Amino acid sequence: MIKIDQVSKAFGGIHAVENVSFEIAAGRITGLIGPNGAGKSTLFNLVAGLIRPDRGRITLQGEDITGRRPHELFHRGLVRTFQIPHEFSRMTVRENLMVVPAGQAGENLIQAWFRWGRVRREDRRILEKVDEVLDFLEIGHVADELAGNLSGGQKKLLDLGRTMMTPARAVLLDEPGAGVNRTLLGKVSGAIQRLNGERGYTFCLIEHDMDLISELCDPVHVMANGALIASGPMHDIRQNDHVREAYLGGGRLVDHRGGRGGERR
Amino acid sequence: MELLVDLLQLSIYGIVLGSILTLGAIGVSMIFGILRFAHFAHGDLMTVGAYVGFSFLALTGLPVWWALPAGMVGAAATALLVDRIVYQRIRRTQPVILLISSFGMALILRSVVQLIWGPQVYSYSSDIQRPWRIGDITIIPNHVWILLAAVLIVAALHLFLTRTRMGKAMRAMSDNMDLALVTGIPAERVIMLTWLLGGALAAGAGVLLGMDSRLTPTMGWNILLPVFAAAILGGIGRPYGAIAGGMIIGLAMEISTLFIEPSYKPAVAFVIMVAVLIVRPQGIFKGTL
Repeated sequence: MIKIDQVSKAFGGIHAVENVSFEIAAGRITGLIGPNGAGKSTLFNLVAGLIRPDRGRITLQGEDITGRRPHELFHRGLVRTFQIPHEFSRMTVRENLMVVPAGQAGENLIQAWFRWGRVRREDRRILEKVDEVLDFLEIGHVADELAGNLSGGQKKLLDLGRTMMTPARAVLLDEPGAGVNRTLLGKVSGAIQRLNGERGYTFCLIEHDMDLISELCDPVHVMANGALIASGPMHDIRQNDHVREAYLGGGRLVDHRGGRGGERR
Repeated sequence: MELLVDLLQLSIYGIVLGSILTLGAIGVSMIFGILRFAHFAHGDLMTVGAYVGFSFLALTGLPVWWALPAGMVGAAATALLVDRIVYQRIRRTQPVILLISSFGMALILRSVVQLIWGPQVYSYSSDIQRPWRIGDITIIPNHVWILLAAVLIVAALHLFLTRTRMGKAMRAMSDNMDLALVTGIPAERVIMLTWLLGGALAAGAGVLLGMDSRLTPTMGWNILLPVFAAAILGGIGRPYGAIAGGMIIGLAMEISTLFIEPSYKPAVAFVIMVAVLIVRPQGIFKGTL
């Protein structure tokens, strides 16, 4: 679905992303892991159009999208979420979802005054869609809550909800598990799996939680120092010496879920 | 007892002044929320609205109330024009450059008003109004109409911001600019609308101020400081906070005349503004306003 072809990006003298190529296959949940500073988030920003690559090409379903602006990509079906969830904090959860779909009659100032009927019908259609999304994500009970008051996990679900309001079918998730408590982590990963399985969403996610990665992702790509150092199913990645070295300077790539408290980070 | 009567009487004046300040402060707050700069020409935008309303009455002979819609159209058009000619070109530079050019714009607008209408003082109506008396308290009919008009304007704005798509888009943009841009909210159209609404609200304040007293070329400039104080008190960028901020500043300014010379009224607003900036620069309200 998305092909990243020999993409490079340097900031000053630092090669944040160096000649990286891989494919985010349609209908799969692709994982992207690597130590801090490996260039994962930069790669996401390159794909989502927040920054332009110095070299290389990125295509979405065969179409060159290198350097396209985020909102164009948004309406072409490619969305990126952020490690720190973004929300309209002083608007309700329902309103947060309602503002998403663009290009409606209500946005044209003249139509808004003279074509009430059409605007109303459209508003009703959007509201139905919003309720359906809230149901799917099981956050209907906070629909009228201000988004700023949600917990970290609920904000992640709202992020997913925002992508569901669009025709987007490819979603880049930057650490969907970060700052999410254990109970909601299950809901977030469940929602990702259901969106993938039932609705055919393609995901690529950056994550540090190896359990979450092995639960959701296949294949997994590993980056270190801006370069892609390994690709394959998580099982193989765990055995890979290069990966171990990159992570722990020769140590073992371990799970640390057992030793962790409820809230991460 | 006498003090209580004075207090009540001054509170009425305070609410009237507060509702005028509110209309100005909402505009300042919205413009700050979306364009991230303090719009110093806002006071003179009020003046423009008041004078356009005046000329409309002079040309048509319609009742005084028509000054309000006419002034609103005039000031909204002026605000949009100024944005297209000046602010739009420098929007991507630093906010301080926008701020200084809005200061220049203030001087230009005031000079244009003087050029067209001259330096003399006008008033909307030369009729002498008989005040209503309730016990020892006097109520000037115009004050009731001013308050009523302000309430209606604010209510209409509230409905717009909460019920319509563009209203929600405006709130979204002032809430989280990055997310708004990524989700494809039509930024340019929201900015245009912000100027139209900000201009119309400024004209509302200007016309009501003109009804309360008289029209002079410096009327808006003189009230700019309390307007900013109200916007800052309510947490700049938050239109709903501006309503409360406007009322508090208006009441404080009028009630202060019990203790100090009335000519120091603007100083009271200034003191409150500085105090808020030192103690709670994010405004006195938490969360949602």
